[in-house]
Amino acid sequence: MAMLEVKNLSISFGGLKAVDDFSVTIEKGQLYGLIGPNGAGKTTVFNLLTGVYRPDTGSIFLDAQNITGKRTIEINQEGIARTFQNIRLFKELSVLDNVKAGLHNHYKYSTLEGIFRLPRYYKVEKQMDERAMELLKVFELDGEWDYKASNLPYGKQRKLEIARALATKPKLLLLDEPAAGMNPNETAELMETIRFVRDNFDMTILLIEHDMKLVSGICERLTVLNFGQVLTQGETTEVLNDKRVITAYLGE
Amino acid sequence: MSFLSYLINGISLGSIYAIIALGYTMVYGIARMLNFAHGDIIMVGGFAIFTIVSTLNLPPLLGILVAVVVCTVLGVTIERVAYRPLRGASSLAVLITAIGVSYLLQNVALLIFGSNARQFTSVVTLPNLKLADGALTISSVTIVTIISCIAIMIGLTSFINKTKVGQAMLAVSEDNGAATLMGIDVNRTIAITFAIGSALAAIAGALLCSTYPSLTPYTGSMPGIKAFVAAVFGGIGSIPGALIGGILLGVIENLSKAYISSQLSDAIVFSVLIIVLLVRPTGILGRKINEKV
Amino acid sequence: MNKNKVRMRNGITYGIVVGCWILVQIMDQTGHMTSLLKGILVPLCMYSILAISLNLTVGILGELSLGHAGFMCVGAFAGAFFTKCMENTFPNLQLRFFLAILIGAAVAGVCGILIGIPVLRLKGDYLAIVTLAFGEIIKNLINVMYIGLDKSGFHFSIKDTMSLGMDETGVVIIKGAQGITGTPKASTFFIAVLLLLLTLFIVLNLINSRTGRAIMSIRDNRIAAESIGINITKYKLMAFSISAALAGVAGVLYAHNLSTLAATPKNFGYNMSIIILVFVVLGGLGNIRGSMIAAVVLTLLPELLRGLNDYRMLIYAIVLIVMMLFNSSPKAIEIRSVFIERIKKKKEAAAKEAA
Repeated sequence: MAMLEVKNLSISFGGLKAVDDFSVTIEKGQLYGLIGPNGAGKTTVFNLLTGVYRPDTGSIFLDAQNITGKRTIEINQEGIARTFQNIRLFKELSVLDNVKAGLHNHYKYSTLEGIFRLPRYYKVEKQMDERAMELLKVFELDGEWDYKASNLPYGKQRKLEIARALATKPKLLLLDEPAAGMNPNETAELMETIRFVRDNFDMTILLIEHDMKLVSGICERLTVLNFGQVLTQGETTEVLNDKRVITAYLGE
Repeated sequence: MSFLSYLINGISLGSIYAIIALGYTMVYGIARMLNFAHGDIIMVGGFAIFTIVSTLNLPPLLGILVAVVVCTVLGVTIERVAYRPLRGASSLAVLITAIGVSYLLQNVALLIFGSNARQFTSVVTLPNLKLADGALTISSVTIVTIISCIAIMIGLTSFINKTKVGQAMLAVSEDNGAATLMGIDVNRTIAITFAIGSALAAIAGALLCSTYPSLTPYTGSMPGIKAFVAAVFGGIGSIPGALIGGILLGVIENLSKAYISSQLSDAIVFSVLIIVLLVRPTGILGRKINEKV
Repeated sequence: MNKNKVRMRNGITYGIVVGCWILVQIMDQTGHMTSLLKGILVPLCMYSILAISLNLTVGILGELSLGHAGFMCVGAFAGAFFTKCMENTFPNLQLRFFLAILIGAAVAGVCGILIGIPVLRLKGDYLAIVTLAFGEIIKNLINVMYIGLDKSGFHFSIKDTMSLGMDETGVVIIKGAQGITGTPKASTFFIAVLLLLLTLFIVLNLINSRTGRAIMSIRDNRIAAESIGINITKYKLMAFSISAALAGVAGVLYAHNLSTLAATPKNFGYNMSIIILVFVVLGGLGNIRGSMIAAVVLTLLPELLRGLNDYRMLIYAIVLIVMMLFNSSPKAIEIRSVFIERIKKKKEAAAKEAA
């Protein structure tokens, strides 16, 4: 069965159908793109998938598990992690601590063990440090591990968000405009990193992106959203040559 | 009959809260700050009237006029000196500064007037109203208070809706950055808001001290807090909310004093506030704010 | 790794407390302690504990609370009630006081959970006003509470001592607005310093642990914290109730430093909560050592100004406003950064010349 199976998802806000009858199937290990003009409802789809909103109708299956209507925390524990369009890092924490926060549910010791510095505190903290540094290395952030997250340059903040999401050991990674605000060099580098993550972490990735170079460069399949509805979906090259898609983006 | 008189007194007390709450609500709506010193402006107004009427033996109306002028100037000065430099700083920093201003006003008053309670002569000299063959007496202060409150509400609402300055105030409270871009002088608008709020505090001071005729440097602080609660109650930032919140608060306080326990009345008032906020997290007329993800 | 940096910083904080304790001992031995100073030693520790614990809520969790004195009040009454009732069961005052501290902390902590559950759903200024309301409610309720003890057990009333209906062996323990009289004076500077060190230990270690990270991640970005599977309610409540429990400890210390304990607007009202908040903000949000130092300096300041009598609170108010303007005004921050930059450049130039 597919890694993500979304059927007939809909939600409306005050009469406006933000997402209307959205369905998609993403296979394990796929790099999938969700594109569409501004305001098409892409981020709303992400918010539905991660439980920020509850869908009015429809169902979401992750790895054959029904996760429809579950809360954000539960969905993360089921295996979906995400990044945000407007970066949401833990600004006052260090780069390392941002990733360690992501490891929260996988490396545990109790609050009392933490306060009284019992042996497990030292043991688990050491494991966390090691794992977090490994993840930071993937994104070439290990040199800046003790920086305050808000002091990182913009491109690196985006990478740190991905690292933090990966720390939660997801099955499916949602990236909301990962290349926004990056220059062409940084974007090219990011494409490499995303591919690396997919291959080495055995990850399924769904991403929203406006940068067509990135989309055509790494996405295997695409879904195009327009006014909350699926305009078309399929192989990347096919979709990008579809007349309706070009019209949706550029107008008549 | 006694219920009716408790109720009317409650509405009167609530009207005072509402007038004070207006100051809180307008300042919060426009400058996004909790002006903790607002209650102490009331006290300053009270002492201004006290000085004119009781010390200098001049007519009460002149006293109110002087109090309004003094408080307005004071409010604008405080805004200029203590709050304006902090525009853009964290709201907590502004809150602490406001607390500092509150201490300052109290202690200046303490130095000038001492800590002993002063007997305040009511500014209302009309005779009391006797209804139902004397079974129900409504004091003239009560009537004047309720009428002033209604007049102020009507006046303020039309000021905001009909004048250019009022529209500017609305614009600043909606989006201060956009208002600047539209050519509105934000600093001036905020100063005007403080001026209006402080003038109202002076009137509230006159009414409060006429109802409870004992004046100390701390007179303003508890009514100030209660009025703040009233503002939150009704939905902070909303002018009709301040009216509803104030009156509800006054009525609840007076009725629980009369029928439950005078010692527990504050606890009851605060409990109602908590319940209201748990049901409607932004108050009765407050707008719901959704965080965008 | 930065673990060492943290360890060093915390070491300095503990060192300051121990150093102050030694300094006081030396001053005491050499006869440099005035009775005024002696009387203020326990309150200094108490205020420090309050400031540190409130910083956990305001600085680390990022929620504005104006009801901290309420938790202190609960702790004070629970602790004093215990020492009064258990006079015969535990005749040893030290032991009784130790148990009272635990009980004060536990009762205040439970109150923190009970109040936190509804309150922590609110945000920002609304949360602030509701915590203020709870603080006032607690104070109000304690003021109408009468509890007595006789052979048949406890008697409770919210009216007066008569309605307790006790027999001739009955003793009134909590007497409405008059509170508890005759609490044993068990708080010493030594115990107060130990409690302060314990508070520091708990809070500093909590911050630098998995739990602390979770709490701070909620403060920095609630939505992101949720998205990585952090249980918001659980960690908010945990921070809030630990903060309340520590305020309870300060309350027990307070209750056993005076012979009578009554809840007045002055000691447990919102004004006290605000005073504690001032310590936290001036000491720096999230800066534990800072809030401790601010608590000590700002408590000493009015005492040192006692010679100025009527003017001391006025000066305090002005100092407070000026400090806030200097610390937080965007313009002042800009001027300071320019100034620091200039000094740096001068130093660099000097270093170059030297080379």
